[in-house]
Amino acid sequence: MTINMLIFLFLAVVAIAAAVGLILSRNPVYSALYLIVNFLAVGVFYLVLGAPFIALAQITVYAGAIMVLFLFVIMLLGAAKPNEIETLKWQRPLAIVLTAAILLEGLYALITRISITVTTTTPDAALADPKTLAQLLYYKYSLPFEITSLILLIAAIGAVVLTKKPAKEEAK
Amino acid sequence: MIPVAFPIGLAIILFCMGIVGFIVRKNAIVIFMSLELMFNAANLLFITFANQFQQVDGHVFVIFVMVTAAAEVAVGLAMIVTIFRGKHSVDIDQLTNLKG
Repeated sequence: MTINMLIFLFLAVVAIAAAVGLILSRNPVYSALYLIVNFLAVGVFYLVLGAPFIALAQITVYAGAIMVLFLFVIMLLGAAKPNEIETLKWQRPLAIVLTAAILLEGLYALITRISITVTTTTPDAALADPKTLAQLLYYKYSLPFEITSLILLIAAIGAVVLTKKPAKEEAK
Repeated sequence: MIPVAFPIGLAIILFCMGIVGFIVRKNAIVIFMSLELMFNAANLLFITFANQFQQVDGHVFVIFVMVTAAAEVAVGLAMIVTIFRGKHSVDIDQLTNLKG
């Protein structure tokens, strides 16, 4: 039982508990806060796995920007409408049974294919520093990088167009 | 150092919880959050294998996934706001306009 093992077990428990809280809490604001806890736990785990840049990007982009957007929309629409009346009675049990099947299948594949003796490597500081990452991003993956810029542009325009009020309403 | 199987198992569990949340919840915003949970599990796998095989390519793909998730959230939340304007509800059971 090394220190890395203890860190991993602690983070895993935090991440899974936060995910359970996300699914079970009735108030969407609490769901958002649980999701932030989950992102932070996974972000620290990226640090353990030797990805410091991605860990910080996770915290700033996910736990920061995206979750603020979520909370902003929850506040805008008025939080907490606990109207969780079941319209399809069989849907919830069926969902849980099918997901349990996927879970067991995944864990079975994991146990039979990946030996427990294969361990993660010691993080190499030079391997994942921003310079190496940038070289890879701008040389080898320059075309996908350009495409993501297009995706972001289209998403920004789409969001503006979608939330724009129809011309008739604006005239009033 | 920990066995590689552990982070992969964690990713599988988180992904399945994302699926459960996606199917079970009725609030459209919480459904989007479950989607983020699934993105996160996929990212965890990328980072784990990047560590195991000593390749930085996985990190680059995580950046792409993050960008796509950000774009998806921006458009999705805009759609939720638009739907809320017409229906005054984010309950997906209310969206029955296409029902024949």
